[in-house]
Amino acid sequence: MRDVAIASFAQTKYVRNQIHETEVDMLIPITREAIERSGIPKPEIGFTCHGSSDYMAGQSFAFVGAVDALGAFPPIAESHVEMDGAWALYEAWVKIQCGEVDSALVFGFGRASMGKLRETMNLQLDPYTMGPLGLDAISMAALQARALLDAGKISEEQMAEIAVRNRRVAKDNPVAQVTGDFEVAKLLAEPYIVSPLRKHDCPPISDGVSAVVLAAGDAIGRGDSKPVFIRGIDHRIDSHQLGSRDLTVSPSTKLAGEKAGVHAGPVEFAELHAPFSHQEPILCEALGLEEGVLINPSGGALAANPMMTAGLTRIGEAASHIAAGRAGRGIAHATSGPCLQQNLVCVLEGE
Amino acid sequence: MSDSDRIESIVTPTRTEYDYTPGPSAQRSLRALAEGRLIGETCPSCNQVYYPPSGTCARCGVATEGEVEIADKGTVTTYAIVRVPSDNIDLELPYCTAHILLDGSDIPFFGLIQECVWDEVRIGMRVEAVWLPESEWGPGAENIKYFRPTGEPDVPFEQFKEHI
Repeated sequence: MRDVAIASFAQTKYVRNQIHETEVDMLIPITREAIERSGIPKPEIGFTCHGSSDYMAGQSFAFVGAVDALGAFPPIAESHVEMDGAWALYEAWVKIQCGEVDSALVFGFGRASMGKLRETMNLQLDPYTMGPLGLDAISMAALQARALLDAGKISEEQMAEIAVRNRRVAKDNPVAQVTGDFEVAKLLAEPYIVSPLRKHDCPPISDGVSAVVLAAGDAIGRGDSKPVFIRGIDHRIDSHQLGSRDLTVSPSTKLAGEKAGVHAGPVEFAELHAPFSHQEPILCEALGLEEGVLINPSGGALAANPMMTAGLTRIGEAASHIAAGRAGRGIAHATSGPCLQQNLVCVLEGE
Repeated sequence: MSDSDRIESIVTPTRTEYDYTPGPSAQRSLRALAEGRLIGETCPSCNQVYYPPSGTCARCGVATEGEVEIADKGTVTTYAIVRVPSDNIDLELPYCTAHILLDGSDIPFFGLIQECVWDEVRIGMRVEAVWLPESEWGPGAENIKYFRPTGEPDVPFEQFKEHI
């Protein structure tokens, strides 16, 4: 395997409704910042891969517009996944492993605010037996939370504690959207949105973009921060039929973690893409994270959840945490689909 | 189950609604259209003028700038005579669609051509916009009903070959 490093990371501030900039307006400065900070001249970037969803933009082939941000002339080698940017990073990583290129620009983007995200997420379901039921994003997550409560694996108080911790930590994250000091007792006095989920259990709707530059070979170590190496990366998927899954566990995360080599070394921290409060303990259990492992130093997806790039942002935040010297080895996780259906695990380590 | 009982299709109605915001450049351009003006933007890197402006020069990957007045006259750079119906175009068949390089812009603009004999439409032909009555103007490209020939001499291909 080739050593592949995260050379740079850049992201917007995440906001509820970005009406002043298009996706392309947001991508121009962020992709440029990622490239400049990587130290790799733009013409030398070997591959570009991005993640987004046309259902959020409400236009077919809306993702093609993102290429306008790149100045793709002369033509560049470029690809897109209709998935979170974390999977675009995986595609770029594979291309580097194949020896085709030594560097790649990866980004994800979305303005979820333009549509009704809760309802838009219904369109990811199987259109024959599940979509017509009218399940939306929060009602699907609520099914999972209820299963956990009934199994005695979590309490509503613990769910509130998870939200409080993430949003308190996010006070130090200048791009986070929902931050502050909240009290568990007050949160538990709030009404349910979809029982057993209250507002604090749910992620904010966030508009924004993030970008990463990957480097291998001679492209490593040219940027303004220390390279952080991808020691392992894997993604796995569970059934799309919610009824055929035990929603209280995440076998796909467990398998991806094993294949990525999570426990081949010490796990000092984890950036987990858990949009809903109750999903964090499911992921911790699946990844075998013990008490004491620092979870979400960025504040995680409960503080900002830019749909289609929140997963890539976890990888970027984890790399930044290591590059800044605050840890030596940690993991980043990304999820996609209802109730943690598909999961990607990335093991990151400093020099 | 016999073959005659086979379910061959089902209908699952889906509806999604969006509050689309086109960004500052397109908004300036749309507001100008409501006043009967065409406003383009310039790339600060390659100096190409874009109409309609998206806010970006795709060639350079930079934000476009400024407000450039674009004429409602131009030159046909390519065209097609359409002989098949389309749900969203309420025109008698056949009709002519064209790319029109508006004077002052560097990329062609999509428009319809009317008030001419189809056999006489040609690359290099000069055309001008025919607008709806001013009382019907809104912030949209439909203010321009179509383009028609001006009768000016054709523009030689050499003069616009970099803009097609």
